[in-house]
This record gives sequence, structure tokens and C-alpha cells, in this order.
Amino acid sequence: MPVRTTEETRKSQILAALEDQDTTVSLDPLESEMILNMGPQHPATHGVLRVLVRLDGETITGCVPELGYLHRGYEKIAENCTYHEFIPHTDRLDYLSPLSNNVAYALAVEKLVGIEVPQRAQYVRVLCCEMARIASHLVAVGTMGMDVGALTVLLWTFREREKLVDIFDVLCGARFTTSYTRIGGLMQDWTSQCSVMLTRFLDEFGADLGEVESLLYRNKIFIDRCENVGHISPDEAVGLGLTGPILRGAGIPRDLRRDNPYLVYPEMDFDVVTFTESDVLARFYVRMEEMKQSARILRQAMEKLPDGPWNVHDTKRVLPKKERTYTRMEELIHDFMVINLGIDPPVGAVYQGIESSRGEFGFYIVSDGTGNPWRMKIRSPSMVNLSALPVMAKGAMVSDIVAIIGSIDPVMGEADK
Amino acid sequence: MSRLVLEKLKEHFPSTIEVEEEFRGDLSVRVKKDQIVGVSEYLRNDPELRYDLIVDICGVDMYRPEARFEVVYHLYSLQNKEYLRLKVEVDESDPVVDTVSHIWPGANWHERETFDMYGITFRGHPDLRRMYMPEDYEYYPLRKDFPLLGVPDAIPLPRR
Repeated sequence: MPVRTTEETRKSQILAALEDQDTTVSLDPLESEMILNMGPQHPATHGVLRVLVRLDGETITGCVPELGYLHRGYEKIAENCTYHEFIPHTDRLDYLSPLSNNVAYALAVEKLVGIEVPQRAQYVRVLCCEMARIASHLVAVGTMGMDVGALTVLLWTFREREKLVDIFDVLCGARFTTSYTRIGGLMQDWTSQCSVMLTRFLDEFGADLGEVESLLYRNKIFIDRCENVGHISPDEAVGLGLTGPILRGAGIPRDLRRDNPYLVYPEMDFDVVTFTESDVLARFYVRMEEMKQSARILRQAMEKLPDGPWNVHDTKRVLPKKERTYTRMEELIHDFMVINLGIDPPVGAVYQGIESSRGEFGFYIVSDGTGNPWRMKIRSPSMVNLSALPVMAKGAMVSDIVAIIGSIDPVMGEADK
Repeated sequence: MSRLVLEKLKEHFPSTIEVEEEFRGDLSVRVKKDQIVGVSEYLRNDPELRYDLIVDICGVDMYRPEARFEVVYHLYSLQNKEYLRLKVEVDESDPVVDTVSHIWPGANWHERETFDMYGITFRGHPDLRRMYMPEDYEYYPLRKDFPLLGVPDAIPLPRR
């Protein structure tokens, strides 16, 4: 192992970090400056995020987010897994919307291998993505309300989320760790029971979301805590590479579902929601409106859902049906080969991103032609969006940082990989 | 549209870039290491291209004798709705690349992550600290010669 402990890297010791200009107090005759350490275990950081905040009285003059407390080395793990073996790990990245992670990963590998899944599977994947988006935004809205003191919202949004999670349970046998997609299709078919449950959910969803709106939209405390807080200009947002509701809250209508379409999104009719205020409140509104758009997409996708196969028939690269694996020799061999030795993609590199609930979630896969990826880079939106925290928090009050983190809505599982 | 960027790049940087074969519709361009800032500035500022959003920067350990590492940049143009991939080859003996964080501020954390995982330093970076690993960690975990288990001085496994 080459060990590089040059003077330059040695500088990056904890002490040097703390002597950073943002985190050191010097020359302060009035003694009004202080450094506040927030996290890594703090209820408002949505996970194990640590933020060093430099305060002048109650005003934030600088802050340094520290990541890595949930780093599990998924990119290293991926290099030592076959393509199918990594699917369960994708659930643990953005653990609030595991279904859309599954879809993103499957799409990236299929792009590399050169498979196009059947129409039915594509529609079911759209259903998965949008259900995951609603489930995730419900948590985002609820926890943001909780962060600024409106606890009831969290209970009401979790009630809604519970209905969706019940659908996941019927769909793939797990509430959170879904692992639903397979390379070349799905784990199992979308059933009529799922359709019935989802229709019932959508019928009630408008009214239930209305309850949340009536709690917050004219709530003076909530509006005052959120309006004009955490502002970021559109240019800064683009420069930092922000994506998702934060970018759309800054007035830039970038949505990969429309701009670089994947699956059957071109056949869906939906609006890209943008707000121009670019503050915490705007991001909240974007999420609320996006949930309504997702509900629209869900209805269309269920209506158009075609019959037919939901897996590609390709014995060397796609897993056989489970019931056949248990009873037939050939399928058992193929199952073994595909899982343990892996599919053999061509040599090359692909990048595929999807519009997940937090922004652009993508995989960059470098293949050397064997069953394991040579390199898999996870482009995680939460990590990039968190890099805007110092910009947004500068000049805000100390209590605002809680609302700002809530509006960024980071999931540390994905930010730390 | 995708052809336009390649033609313009070939015209402006005839000797510094090498266009790779298109694979699954992804455009990929290999850039010489000392020219990455110039090419990036051009791609960022050209009014017809405007690659203004940095999607991702990552390292790849190719584990070969020469040009062991690659630094891969994924750019996106909001105007043309186009992706572009830049690749820079980095030698193990001199793992230093010029930073692009003054062109795209978002490159800051991506470069920190690349440094953390591969030990590639970025010249001119404002704050090149480790991103995920502890500050006093001495290894670069995504290098191919980093073992999955049994790092020297690691916390020992619990006894059976």
C-alpha cells in the first residue's frame, strides 16, 4: 500500500479543519462570536450530518458541513459484487425512496448491457418511481413541518405514507428494503390487488393532502419561519450543480423526466413545477405540487398499463422465473450462473441518471467485460445539494438552519454512500 | 446537437482532445491533463454549448502501469439538455490535476471526494480535505490495491 502522508495531506487533520477561517474565532472583543457544533446526532439533521456553525450572536456567519458518518463504502462493495448482487444495496442508499433507486440501478445496467425491458415493465417502473416520490416527499414535508414546530403535519403525512408502504408490501414483500427491479425486468408482476390499493390511495390522497395544506398554507408561524429563509440565487444553484426540488424552487425547470426522458415518461402528461422565490417556502411548495403531479402520472400509468411480459426473455443475462428455478435443471443452472458469475456486459462505460425525489440520481458504470463492475460511481443528489448549505445558511439566524436543512431534505444514506 | 460539441472541440483544441467512440449514446472526450482548465472554461462559456451544470466528478483506478488513474467529469448543458463526459488520464507518479472548482463551484466537493478515495490532489483547490474518511486516515480506499479486509492498524475484528 502506498502511503501518502505528505505535508499537504497532513494538513488535513482535524485540527487544521477546525482552524479553518469559518470555524475559528479570533479577535472578538465583545465575545459575541462562537462555534456551535450541530450533530452528528441531532434530531433536525435527518441522519448523521454534522454541521459546524460559526455564529455572531444569533446570526450565522459561516458553516461547514461534515459528511461521512454513514459512509459504508458502497462503491467499493459494488466492485466486488456481480450486477445482480448489488440490487439490495441500492435500497440502502436513499432509504426514503428505495423503489426509485432500484429503477435507477436497473436502468444503468440495462443501458450498459443493451437490454430494453418490455412495455409492461416500463409502466410498472414508472409507477414505482412515482410512488417512491410521493412517499419520499411526504416525509420531506412532514419533517420540515416538524423542524419548524408543526408536529401534527408529520403524523398526518406518515399516515399517508403508511398506505403507500402497504402497497410496497403487497408489490414486493417488503416495506422498505424493496429490491424490486431485476436487470431485464422486475422481481414479480404488478397485481390487480396493487391497482386496487393504489386507486383507493389516489382517491383519498387529494383530500388528505388538502388537510396538510389547510394546516400549513395559512399558518402564520410556518410561513414566517420559511419565507425568505435560505435563499440561493439561480446562478449559484446551477454553479453548485444542485438538482431536484431545490433547483426547480430557484426557477430553473430542469426535470430529467422531461428533458432526457427514460422509461415511458414521454407518454405521460405532467407539468414541471417551478417556483422562483428560491427560499425554504418555495421548496416546500415545489414538493407539495410535485406530489399532485406524481398522482396524475400514477393514474395515467395505471390506465395505460399494458398486458404482456414483464421480463426480457434472455436466459444468459436475465434471471429465470423463481418457480421454474425450483423445479427445472436448466433454469437452476442459469440462476446460479447469473447470480454468482454475473452477466457479461461489453467493455465500456455508461452514465444513466434519473429524476429521483431529491434530484438527479445516477450511476456511472465502467465495465471491463466481466461479471463485476470495474468501477461504479453513485451520483447522489443529497451530497451535492448539501454543498449549498453554507451558501443558504449565511446570514440566517441560528434557528433557521434547521428549516434550511429540512428544505434540502438530505438522506445521509445516499449522501455518504 | 451532439455532433456540434465534438466539432467545436476539435476545431478549438485539435491537439489536446481525443474523441472516444460513442458507446450507448454517451459522448466521451479524452482531454490532456494540463489542458483540462482551458477545455472546461471553453465548454462552460461558449454561448452555443454552455455546459453550466457539473453533474459529477469521479476517479477510476484502471490499475495499469501507465496512466493508472482517470478523472471523469460529467457535464450537463441546461440549454441543450446534453451530457458530455471528459476523461483525464493521471499517472500514479504525479497524481495532480488542476482544479475546476473556480469554473463550477460544485466541483469542490466532488474533487474532495476523488481526493479522499484515490489520493488524486487538485492543484488550486480551496479546501482539499477528506470528504468521507477520517481526517487522519492514511489510505485511499477505492484504489484497487486497497484490501477489503485487513488494513494495517485498522480496528481489530472482535474475537470469536
